[in-house]
Amino acid sequence: MSETRNQSVGLARFFRRGPWENAATAAIAAGVVMLMQPFSLTLFGYSFAVILAGTVGFVIVSHFPE
Amino acid sequence: MTDSPINGVAEQVARGTPQPLATRFRGLSDRAIAWIFISPTIVLLLAINIFPLIWTVYLSFTNYRANRPGRPIEWVGTRNYERLLGSEDIWGYLQATAHFVCWTMALQVLLGLGLALLINRNFKGAGFWTTVILIPMMLSPAVVGVFWTYLYQPQTGIFSYILNLFGDFGPIDMIGSVGLAPWSIIIVDTWMWTPYIMLLCLAGLRSIPEYLYEAAEIDRANALQKFWHITLPRVLPFLMLAVLFRGIENFKMFDMVVELTSGGPGSTTELASINLKREAFESWRTGYSSAFAVILFVTVFGLGNIYVKALNRVKQ
Repeated sequence: MSETRNQSVGLARFFRRGPWENAATAAIAAGVVMLMQPFSLTLFGYSFAVILAGTVGFVIVSHFPE
Repeated sequence: MTDSPINGVAEQVARGTPQPLATRFRGLSDRAIAWIFISPTIVLLLAINIFPLIWTVYLSFTNYRANRPGRPIEWVGTRNYERLLGSEDIWGYLQATAHFVCWTMALQVLLGLGLALLINRNFKGAGFWTTVILIPMMLSPAVVGVFWTYLYQPQTGIFSYILNLFGDFGPIDMIGSVGLAPWSIIIVDTWMWTPYIMLLCLAGLRSIPEYLYEAAEIDRANALQKFWHITLPRVLPFLMLAVLFRGIENFKMFDMVVELTSGGPGSTTELASINLKREAFESWRTGYSSAFAVILFVTVFGLGNIYVKALNRVKQ
């Protein structure tokens, strides 16, 4: 009983909004930098995937508990 | 009560009269009433925003051309995205956009914060000067673009004349020169939108309680320490908000630059949104330009999420 409770507490702690939201924000910011940097065409090529992942991630994690 | 003919007529009239709206709503739940009120807005949003968005996403995976409506639409998968994200031209347009966004933000933050600190000193005529400073922000970007083309005229424009007061530079062609054209649009945007940053910073400065400065005085803090430890941390959320908001707007910048330089000379000032319009309505590559629009939309949407997060932090 207490083991199940501990597991759910652990999950709740893992799926907290704050750190995940920060990670998604960092991904969006990194993607925007990759999209507009003048150094590498390869980075530019992957920029949209990074922004999309960050944005979709942000929408999902914004539904996590505080 | 007698059952007179007059009463009968009154009853018939009462039955014929429609029930007042309030009486009819009385039987509905709060949730149903809420739905009735918001449903017109939802229908409009679906028709004007959501449907075109979904349609654009669909078109981005096709080779559709809007000038050939009879041609069968072919599904091309992610080919449009691959071509866009592997194109050096598109990369160049996004770099031009980055140059524009970074420099306008840096200049507007510096000048906006400086002006806000000056106006916050409450000198005589501060209200008048605030109004004067805010005027550029109230003008239409297209109008600003048109009249700055006159100010930038190399032979007759006042810009060239003023610069020549400081040295013999000769006629300065701000719009026609490859090196100066990107700076010409940065100057105009800075002139137009610095007041906006100033306004938000001023709101931040006015919200700082006076007792913090009094406590700093007691602790013998100098002006720089007061600015660094009190003013800047208190204004920073407002400043971040302004930068994010203006950053998103400048990322989408179109009208002012089109009026001023039309993306020229060559493609020096061709920002992403200007190229998008050209691909969509001059080259008629609708599928390709839809893919470009989706890339810009996802970028702005992502930045918008950061903007909302910053807004919530300011509220707290």
